[in-house]
Amino acid sequence: MWQWFHRLGSPPAFYRLSETLLPWLWAVFALALGYGLYGGLVLAPTDYQQGDSFRIIYVHVPAAWMSLFVYVLMAVCGAIALVWRMKMAEVVLIAAAPIGAAYTLIALVTGSLWGKPMWGTWWVWDARLTSELILLFLYLGIIGLHGAIEDRAVAGRAVAVLALVGVVNVPIIHYSVEWWSTLHQGATVTKFDKPSIHIDMLIPLLAMALAFKLYFFSVLLVRVRAELLTRESGSRWVKSMLGSA
Amino acid sequence: MTEFLAMGGYAAYVWGAYGFTTLVLVWTAVAASSRHRAELRRLNRSLRA
Repeated sequence: MWQWFHRLGSPPAFYRLSETLLPWLWAVFALALGYGLYGGLVLAPTDYQQGDSFRIIYVHVPAAWMSLFVYVLMAVCGAIALVWRMKMAEVVLIAAAPIGAAYTLIALVTGSLWGKPMWGTWWVWDARLTSELILLFLYLGIIGLHGAIEDRAVAGRAVAVLALVGVVNVPIIHYSVEWWSTLHQGATVTKFDKPSIHIDMLIPLLAMALAFKLYFFSVLLVRVRAELLTRESGSRWVKSMLGSA
Repeated sequence: MTEFLAMGGYAAYVWGAYGFTTLVLVWTAVAASSRHRAELRRLNRSLRA
């Protein structure tokens, strides 16, 4: 495990391994997405309270889960970058940020499109929605801060600190529906007792969640590969790889 | 099929949500891979020069 981790920390090893991995990731992504969409839009029964509007769940909830997952991953990368000065952690952190921002934006917009017919409003300034909006600003702040600092080492440390500080928002988002009264419904899947969602509705949701996660790792690998080429353009492994291609 | 597309009267909301999600995710993936390809092109040029 540790040896594997160290190998991933080496740019040429990462670049080669990701090239082999990517087609497989996209293939499993396509399968999970195909099944999730068919299951969610066709097979799952209509909700007895929300009608067919509940089908927004299959894009809204996976996007919202990923908006938190990506942020936690970035905070972990920030900690690794600050403590062990691992270059790859910095690269992964900044490569993940736009994908996390995209998921957060999707969660907010699809939530708004779900809120209008169910709550009668596009937006309320309640705890869940507001803390998710703050998450979007954190992502944009990290991207902006990284772009604004010329010195790469300083920029890497600055975004690592911001990612770590901002992680306090993650439990606030998750528990917001319990801590404050809100229009947003409580958790139906991530509870310790049995999920309060029918199995025919749940399985497509898990398939979509898997698809969204695989999409994230695929795009992340592509972005890390591009970033590595930029940073290591003068190094021997890049030159020999391009020379032999 | 018409019934499926109507989404029980919620068509605009449901397809709006799926459409927006598709748009953002396709754009994110295309932007990532075109950046990678541009970087490869740039390096190839500078290597030959």
